[in-house]
Amino acid sequence: MLHFNFDYYRPSSIDEAVELFDKLDQDGKKPIYLSGGTEITTLGRLNQVFTKAVIDVKGIPECNVLDYKQDSVVVVGAALTLTQVWESKILPLLGEACVRIGDRTSRNQITLGGNLASEIIYREAVLPLLLSNSTFVVAGIEGIRQLSVHKIFKEKLRLKRGEFLVQIKVDGKYRKMPFYIEKKRKSERVDYPLITLEALKVDRSIRLAISGLCAFPFRSYEMEKELNNTDISIEERIDRAILRIPAPVISDIRGSREYRIFVLRNTLLDALIYLGGVRA
Amino acid sequence: MIEKLTLDINGEQWVATVRMADTLLDVLREKLDLTGAKRGCENGDCGSCTVLADGLPVKSCMMLAVDAIGKKLTTIEGLQDTPMQHAFVEKWAFQCGYCTSGFIMNAHALVNQHPDATDEIMEEWLSSNICRCTSYQEIREAVKSVLKEQRFDRKRPRNRR
Amino acid sequence: MKRYRVIGKSVLKKESWDKVSGRVKYIDDHQEVGTLHVKLLTSTYAHAYIGNVDTTEAWKVPGVRAIVTGKDYPLLIGTTIKDRPLLAFDKVRYYGEPIAMVIADTEAIAIQAVTLICVEYKPLRVVNSPVEAYQKDAPLVHDQIEQYLIDQDADTTGTSGGIRPVPGTNIANRQGIRKGNIERGFARSDVIVEEVFSFKQSDHTAIETRCADVEIKKTGEVIIHSASQEPFEMRELISQTFNIDEGKVHVHIPLVGGSFGAKTSVQLEPLAYVASKAVGGRKVRLRNSREEDIVTSPVHIGLHAKVKMGCTRDGKLQAIKLFFLFDGGAYAERAVPVTKAAAFDCTGPYTIDHVWCDSLCMYTNHPYATDFRGFGRTEVAFGVERTIDIMANKLGMCPLEFRLKNAIQPGDTSPTKVLLNKSNLGDIRECLLQLRELIDWDRGQRIDISDRIVRTKGISCTWKNGDPPPGVGAGAILTFNSDGGININCAAIEIGQGTKTVLTQMVAEKMKMDVDDVFIQMEVNTQLSPEHWETAASRTTFLSGNAVLRAVEDAIRQLKRTAAIILKVPVDELEVANKKVYKKTSPSISIDFSEIVYGYIFPDGKVAGTQVVGRGTYMIPGITEMDPVTGRGIQGPEWGVVAQAVEVEFDKRDNTFKLIRAVSVADAGTILNYKGAETQVMGAMNMGLSFATREGFLYDDQGKVLTTQFRSYKVMHYGEQPEYIVRFIENPVKGAPFGSRGLGEHGIMGMPAAVANSLSLAANVSLQQLPLTPEFIWKTRLKAGEVY
Repeated sequence: MLHFNFDYYRPSSIDEAVELFDKLDQDGKKPIYLSGGTEITTLGRLNQVFTKAVIDVKGIPECNVLDYKQDSVVVVGAALTLTQVWESKILPLLGEACVRIGDRTSRNQITLGGNLASEIIYREAVLPLLLSNSTFVVAGIEGIRQLSVHKIFKEKLRLKRGEFLVQIKVDGKYRKMPFYIEKKRKSERVDYPLITLEALKVDRSIRLAISGLCAFPFRSYEMEKELNNTDISIEERIDRAILRIPAPVISDIRGSREYRIFVLRNTLLDALIYLGGVRA
Repeated sequence: MIEKLTLDINGEQWVATVRMADTLLDVLREKLDLTGAKRGCENGDCGSCTVLADGLPVKSCMMLAVDAIGKKLTTIEGLQDTPMQHAFVEKWAFQCGYCTSGFIMNAHALVNQHPDATDEIMEEWLSSNICRCTSYQEIREAVKSVLKEQRFDRKRPRNRR
Repeated sequence: MKRYRVIGKSVLKKESWDKVSGRVKYIDDHQEVGTLHVKLLTSTYAHAYIGNVDTTEAWKVPGVRAIVTGKDYPLLIGTTIKDRPLLAFDKVRYYGEPIAMVIADTEAIAIQAVTLICVEYKPLRVVNSPVEAYQKDAPLVHDQIEQYLIDQDADTTGTSGGIRPVPGTNIANRQGIRKGNIERGFARSDVIVEEVFSFKQSDHTAIETRCADVEIKKTGEVIIHSASQEPFEMRELISQTFNIDEGKVHVHIPLVGGSFGAKTSVQLEPLAYVASKAVGGRKVRLRNSREEDIVTSPVHIGLHAKVKMGCTRDGKLQAIKLFFLFDGGAYAERAVPVTKAAAFDCTGPYTIDHVWCDSLCMYTNHPYATDFRGFGRTEVAFGVERTIDIMANKLGMCPLEFRLKNAIQPGDTSPTKVLLNKSNLGDIRECLLQLRELIDWDRGQRIDISDRIVRTKGISCTWKNGDPPPGVGAGAILTFNSDGGININCAAIEIGQGTKTVLTQMVAEKMKMDVDDVFIQMEVNTQLSPEHWETAASRTTFLSGNAVLRAVEDAIRQLKRTAAIILKVPVDELEVANKKVYKKTSPSISIDFSEIVYGYIFPDGKVAGTQVVGRGTYMIPGITEMDPVTGRGIQGPEWGVVAQAVEVEFDKRDNTFKLIRAVSVADAGTILNYKGAETQVMGAMNMGLSFATREGFLYDDQGKVLTTQFRSYKVMHYGEQPEYIVRFIENPVKGAPFGSRGLGEHGIMGMPAAVANSLSLAANVSLQQLPLTPEFIWKTRLKAGEVY
């Protein structure tokens, strides 16, 4: 039950969408884009989101693309649901991150774009996209931009006013690379993460991205560097990597800072063993 | 913005005048008197409002009604004598009954989409709903009995049906 | 044992098909055009003075019909201590407390207006735990308790009575148990252990949130529809609080969507009454959001317990000293009866001659507490049963043998000094012996699966008497259909426990007829149904069952009397079965119910008999007042006993665990409906494991509850449950319908203790707090030097 009402628009093209936004914004409607609609219905009822107009991007064909051709680029539309991304098996690295978000029924509604642009701090779908140096396709009144994930996703999705996420693109080579993913929760199988950790092995080195540990999801080159230092023992690598966590580790109702680090340590160990064929 | 919209529910066309901010759950319950879907949390967490959209379970408290246009919706009122309903009765898979509509809708979709559902798939799907009365073991038995029955039916020669 | 035709059979719930078809109309499903909607403004502080409540902006929202604030109704209400303002005025005492309400055309408008009300707060020091509340220099949650009225019913009677708040403190009530001589008991002990246990408040989270509709008619009649377990107490409270003739207050209760104790407390109805009054008596609806249901409405009590236990070297328990500081929250309400009941059964089902217990209901700046399944026993058992394991461990005894050795027996007395026999006690030894087999106890309590994984078993024993105040009862009326079928009218409320169906089984059994020919009205209406004490304390089948059985006898008497005239056979030679009255010695001489239930007309116009209406009433005999200091008295008609076990698989590295198996063996007297009983116990076991491993409020340092949604207040989901096994021992109880015992709560009581015993063994540390999250286990092991 939302206590405020809004106007609803469902444009069928990118141009129509961005023009609508521009106009509604000028009219003071504080428009927002939506796709799955799960966040406006849940945060709206708690007064944490407010708008007088929503623009539903699900009707835009580019937002619904799911494409991969041999040796080329994987393209995933932002309006696809997490279930669709997972079931397509188009990019296991991404699918396995999506299937750990929320619960199954919610994943039938939450979209990839919705998770990436979420107000809630976890945004776990970005982990594989950080690891695979993906490209984000965003549309705005000035046209379409293609940007590296590292440029546009810094702690959260940094869109300009009036822009929305259309697609993400990932090099097809990442489809077959070995990766490790684990989501650790407080105790319940359906919950936000204590930490979600995804690691990808490219050639002989490991890339690492984590959600839930700090107030935002990140990929850390400093931590990767420590983990890839094969001169020292695996435990020492982990110890050093933990010293390189890029931001304060959070303490909240799901777990204390110390416990999160404890969980991280074990999960890193599992990841390294899994990807490295190392024995603990 | 208030608009008249047409929804395809249980194979029938329903017309309702709604606020654009109304959720599908609001409209089902308050405009169409289809009260089988329940308000347990209105936050997408408990699953008691689960209905099917094009055969897939969705939480109707998290879906705008306007977003349901063009989708084939099924609510508990649209299930008539299904194997899942029988199984829930026979296996005592409910007590107070408040979460039951949502659980049945989810389980009904599950056995349709995954006739060979493993325990793992059952867990993935059914952990979307919360029941506070049963131990879940009864629900597990109900869903398993339907899966088993379906498998048996598929093996039987056609002419016997 | 006696065999029955219908009793004991797994007769499907009468409302089954309505429930699986979405056809049941719970309160929120009845939608009446023209109903106005009420929304509460609740406190954002746990303890603060409130100044001006500015409603100017809220009034400007189109569709707002009325706004009520605490100042408009400076009333104090409560069913024990009358300490709770309807809407807070002067000060707020918990986060989420109602301050004002908006009545509007739609719920959306009401919510919108509520967000525009501005409240001035002046924060006060917060009492953030029962231990803090007990300190000498603690701020007072209520500074003038001595001026509060005590509810007149509560003042004189049983578990709900004898209430004495202690002025100048945060003690809402103190209940003692003094049996034997505690010093002598410890002097006789070779081994003494003393431990502290605790858990915070939690919530029932029935999936249906609480909801009430109220309308005031022009005649002054007040029509209430509510999801509640207490229609009659509600009627009385509304009548007394607002000075309305009780006969003008009508309460309707449809099927209820779960409760677990939550819906015993009357909270929304008086608010909705005031709201209706503010809009000229129009029908209003006040429905909790999930957040309000968790924090604004009453919760499950928290506890800080000290347990001291003394035992001889050869394992015979001598003494137990218990000190409970319960977190009753901001208002006394039903937290007081819970904390009293906790004292009455405080030892668990063991023979202990020297018992000392003080059970204190503490005021804190937390949400206020009410009944929760187990009613004090689940809580106490966590501490006592953990201590039993600690003691057995110290003595080097097997925890199961130790329990067997000390199991309470007929001939012993309860902590309240009731002499026990097989009927009023049940057989805990037999429960334990069967449990031993079912959990494969003798194959080892601890089995290493790998370097990291260990499997362990933990057990517990609990007992519970139902705690009705003296003088409670029930009534039932049976009417007949022209085909001889029977309708039951009684005020037992169906919340999923299956009572209604069980009552039809009783009638069918006694009448020797098909249960499909017995009907029962699912809704309860205080204007139509005979008075029934609340649907609580696992007492409903006992009370209603006894009333229904008496009504059946009454109906049979009338049927036989009429048949005797028609068949010309003396009454004592007649019998009933299959909707007929027949002559015992020659059954072909008979007459169908259908011919006599509305009276019989001979061809000459003479009549025999009149319409048959069976009438039965019942009142529990023998319940006495309970002494507040010694606890002496008879708190209820019988105990039910249960032995339980939980097997877990623990990961020593991650400190995570899986629940593998959980077993209950309960002496539930005669089982009335096998599947119904089994699933009641299984559901309660699951709730107990959910509570023990996941649930519990988290507060910030200002007493704000941080866990107000299912996203933050986690309960067990499908797939995490263990395998459940339930067995019954059937020692019948004298005076109970067919010899049945209370059952609805017993499955939960020992679960927290059993899983804590299992995990303590697995983790090699003593776990003394709930919930047993992996983080808590890790921290405990860290402190103990078990992990680094």
